[in-house]
Order: sequence, then C-alpha cells, then structure tokens
Amino acid sequence: MLKIENLHASVEDKAILRGINLEVKPGEVHAIMGPNGSGKSTLSSVIAGKEEYEVTDGTIVFNEEDINELAAEERAHKGVFLSFQYPVEIPGVSVTNFIKTAINENRKAKGLEDMPAKDMLKLIREKAELLEIDRKFLSRSLNEGFSGGEKKRNEIFQMAMLEPKLAILDETDSGLDIDALRIVANGVNKLKSKDNAVIVITHYQRLLDHIVPDFVHVLYNGKIVKSGGKELAHELEEKGYDWIKEEVDA
Amino acid sequence: MDLKEKLLSSYLVFENKLDIDSPINDIRNEAIKTFEEKGFPSKKEEAWKYTSLNKVLKEDYSIFPKQENAIDYKDVKKYFIHDIDTYKIVFIDGKYSSHLSETTHDGIDVCLMSAALTKPKYQLIIENYYNKVATKDSLTSLNTAFANEGAYIHIPKNKIVDKPIQIINFSTGNESATMLQPRNLIVVDENSHVQIIERHQSLTENAVLTNSVTEIFTNKRAIVDFYKIQNDNEKATLIDNTYVNQKRESIASVHTFSFGGKLIRNNLNYYQNGERIDSILKGVTILSDKQHVDHNTLVHHIEPNCESHQDYKGIFGDSSTGIFNGKIIVNKEAQKTNAFQSNNNILVSDKATINSKPQLEIFADDVKCSHGCTIGQLDESAMFYMRSRGIPEKEAKALLMYAFSNNVLSSVKIPEIKQRITKIIANKLGVNIGFDL
Repeated sequence: MLKIENLHASVEDKAILRGINLEVKPGEVHAIMGPNGSGKSTLSSVIAGKEEYEVTDGTIVFNEEDINELAAEERAHKGVFLSFQYPVEIPGVSVTNFIKTAINENRKAKGLEDMPAKDMLKLIREKAELLEIDRKFLSRSLNEGFSGGEKKRNEIFQMAMLEPKLAILDETDSGLDIDALRIVANGVNKLKSKDNAVIVITHYQRLLDHIVPDFVHVLYNGKIVKSGGKELAHELEEKGYDWIKEEVDA
Repeated sequence: MDLKEKLLSSYLVFENKLDIDSPINDIRNEAIKTFEEKGFPSKKEEAWKYTSLNKVLKEDYSIFPKQENAIDYKDVKKYFIHDIDTYKIVFIDGKYSSHLSETTHDGIDVCLMSAALTKPKYQLIIENYYNKVATKDSLTSLNTAFANEGAYIHIPKNKIVDKPIQIINFSTGNESATMLQPRNLIVVDENSHVQIIERHQSLTENAVLTNSVTEIFTNKRAIVDFYKIQNDNEKATLIDNTYVNQKRESIASVHTFSFGGKLIRNNLNYYQNGERIDSILKGVTILSDKQHVDHNTLVHHIEPNCESHQDYKGIFGDSSTGIFNGKIIVNKEAQKTNAFQSNNNILVSDKATINSKPQLEIFADDVKCSHGCTIGQLDESAMFYMRSRGIPEKEAKALLMYAFSNNVLSSVKIPEIKQRITKIIANKLGVNIGFDL
C-alpha cells in the first residue's frame, strides 16, 4: 500500500529525514517511535503532503502511484489521512460543516454527487456515537476551545467519516487521559480492516497497549534505525531510548 | 466643462422647474451654495486621504437621466430578496417604478420622497426631520441641492412592521454616463421596529455615479435594522452618505456588505441624542481586481450610558484597496459610555492594500472604549489542515474567509439576507460550497 524508499526531506534547507525506508501492507499496523526531534512528525507531514517540507531524494509510492508531486488534498482523495498532533483551531467553521465539506469534496474528486443531507446526518450520528461525541459538540467551531481529548477524538471522528486507506496517527495519545485514550483507541480498532492500514506515531508504549502494532520502528536522526515486533515497544518503554542512541552513535 | 460647473449650471435649470414657494427650495439653494464653495473633496482633505474621486469625476455624466426604461421583473428578480414577502420601493434611473414597487399607506408610510416633499400630508414630518441630521459637507450638500426622489418611510409609534422594506435603485445607462442622487428619509417613532434592505444596481456597462443620502431617525425605544448590499458592477461608483440620529433607548444597526463596484465610499454617521442607546455598525468587505472601498464611520456619543459596537471585516485580493477610518467622539457629558471598535483584515495578495485608522476623541473620564485593528494573511497551518482532509486549496481558502466574516454575518437577523450574502460570497470566491455554518 505504502512504499517509502530512501526518503530524504528538509525544511528551510535543514535536512530532517535522511533516508527512510518503510513498507506498509493492507491490514497492518505500524508503530513509529523515537526520541524527540528524531523526525517522526516530519515523516507524517511529508507523507500527507505539507508544502513546507521539501523532498530532496527518494520516493513515496502509495498504491502503486508516486504521490510525491501531489497536493495534500489529492493525497487525501486517494485515501491518505493524517491525524494531527496539534489539530488547528478554525473559528467560525463548525465541526459538522467542516466534515460535510470534506466528505463532499472527496466525493467530488471521485466524480460523485454530494452526499444527500439525510445520509450525511445518519453517518455523522453513527460515527459520533462510536467516538462517544456529544451532539452539541458537533455544532461548535472546529477545535476552538476544545480540550486535548476533545481535539483528538474529533480527529478520529473525521477519520471515521472519511474512511481512509492509510491513517497516520501523529502522537494521538498526547494530551489524553485514560478514558479518552480508551475511546480513541477503541474507535481506531473498530475502523481497522484487512484493507486499510494504520501508522501510529508515538513516544510512549501506552497507546500501543490498545492499538497493537504488527511492526515497531525506531526513528532516530531521520533514519529508521531498528525494526521489530510489538515486543520492541515494551523494550523501549523499559529501557528508554538511550541504548538505541548508543548503538547507533557507536 | 468639468462636473462641478456642469452641476452648477444644471441646478439653474432644475431650480426653474421647482415650486418657488416650497420651503425645501431654501434648503436647496443653501446647499448648492455650500457645494459651490467646497467643491468635490480632494485627497488633501484628511478624510479623503486614501480615496481619490478624480478619475470618477472625469466622466461626462448626465445629471437628469431620461425617462424610465422599462425593466422586466424576471430580468432583475435576482437583485431582490425575493423568497420572502417585502415592501419594495424601486427606482430606475432615479425615477420611481410603480410596476416593480409595492408601497403602502396602511398604518405606515412606505412611499416616495417626491410625494413627501410636495404634499401637505407629510409637511410636519418633513419640517421636523428632513435635512436635520445630514451634515453640510460638500457631497451631502450636492445631494440636498438636487434631491427630489428616493424612499420616504415613516413608521408611527408602536408598530412592528410586518415585513422588510427593500429600496432598490437600478440604473440602465441609456446615457453614456449617469449620475444619480437618491435621497431617503426614514423616521421610526416610539417603540416601532423596521427592517430595511438597500441596494444600488447598475444594469449597464456605462459609468454610473451614485451620490446617495439617507437620513434615519430612531425615536424612543425604536429599533431599525438596515442592510446595505453593495455588489454592483465594475463601472459603478457609489458614495453613500448615511446619517443616523438616535433618541433614548433606541437601537440602530447598519450592516454594510461590500463585494462589488468600482469605487465605494461609505460615510456612516451616528449621533446619540439620548441615554441608553445602542449603535451597531458592521461590515464585511471582500474585494478583488482593482476595487476600492472606503468605510468612513463616525459615532458621536453625546449623552451618558450609551453603547456602540463596530465590527468591520475585510478580505482584499488582487490589487484591491480597502480603507477603514473609524472615528468615535465621546462628549464630556457622555459618562459610562461603552464604545467598541474592531477592524480585522486579511490580505490575500501582495498587491492589495488596506489602510486602517481608528480615531478616538474622548472627553469624558468614566468610559470604556476599545479599538483593535489586525491585518494578517490566511493561516497556513489551517490551510494544510483543511487540505489534508481533502478540501482543495480554493475551497479551503473560501471556507477560511467565510469563517473570518462569520461574526458579522451571524448578527444578520433575516435568514434570507444571510443566505443571499453567503451566495454572493461563494460566487465572488468562485466556489460551490454551501457555507451553512
């Protein structure tokens, strides 16, 4: 589904990714872990198509297509979804209106008519329930004044609405209390199928107790320096990242 | 012959046709003298520093357009708020169009200035209100000199007007260039409530210059909601001089939506003559190409315990220019005044310009006055966020701009107006998304 080869990327001439190789197949869950500043968020932004990042070398192939030259919205239309570490506040646009616009723009890109209002409402209700989102919440301005937990739940709600093929969850666990973490993880698990894939980017093990990865990768200095199964996450939780750094820097 | 000379000589012709015994003539004669002395405003005047009329005044305007052109309702329906029942006062090239209008004398007067200025029935109101709040600046005086048609609205006390009133001025451009000077008077007595929509619409590619004056009087506890829809074509220039005189406990709101036209100058002046008055001035301006819109507001707090709220949002693209010049005067006696002013702008293009200038003259010591002005760009991180959800760049921009003006739109009390404005914004931004926020 996703094949990244020798990916180099920089922002304002500062190299951040220095040769990433990663392959994600349908039905898989990959965790990318690593210390602060290792390039985790950059990797997710580059896959989603943020223009500030310049890909200097390598390829990103999504479903057999090189997506490197595509705009963020085109990648979204093909099924890439990024759950933001810091969802942006957009005063004046309600959650409902935003998701309606997003759904219909995705349909437009596929040559489909707007979703009938009735179906839209039904879908919104269904997915809101899955994320235990109150209906009043849906008429509020997008992310404005939301708590950390509300923001992340709203991200997963949008993911549930858009049904992406590849979901990248960038530090979705940060700012979540235990209950919110459970709700969010539960939502992600329910959306998982053999046809879609999830990349979980996280600093800590705790989200991976709920969303169990098939593979764990450690990112350090813009490179994947170690890969393994879910037990690698436990090892990192126990020992921290220093041993990895020492191993690499040695 | 320049336009000023042409106007002065036209006045002599105009004067000969008038009833010499009418007291209005004295007002006219005085006004033309004022205009003759002052002439058109130039950029040397502080209040006109950023707006030059030079180019506009070069056209050879016809001062007295020929008789009314017939217009079919179906051709101009789109300029009306037509999905709700309204009273309508419609003018074509400055002349009343009875077949497009729907006036009334049933308990309220929604009719014509030409009748009000000449018929004894209206004499008392005219004596008490006509030209009483309009100032003696040159453009207002010019209008006063030539004024003989426009909307006359009088709402006696304790009436809630059952439907909004639309005042629409069409120009058809039979002549090469047309100058129009509509004059409106709106008097709302104690406890009454009225909603008014005003629009100037050119139907021609020829130049049109409109110099309009509207006087609004809100008596005790009266409520007036006034909506100005400015979405004219690129050959049309509008100078709108609106004066609001408020008595105690009245509420007057003016919403100005400026999206079209070549050049627009809005002079909106409020005078608070009583206590516990609320004055509301709101605007959304979205410009493109070389459009130029200049909002010049004045709120004069004369008595204590009053409020004023100004909120103007502007979005400027291409080589457009926006000006916001907001003046608040608080007299020494006007203690406990709450005066708020905010002007927020987004520049979408490197070539667009905004000049924002708050002017506060406060002579009282126990007041709350605040003003804030921002000039920014569209939030890049918000753009990426929206695009990452599949909303294309143009639509994402449009949604952000709409959201930016939503504060002002949300205070529009007539849903059909809000829908119309929304549609105009979507058209203007070239997107097809329903902003049902």
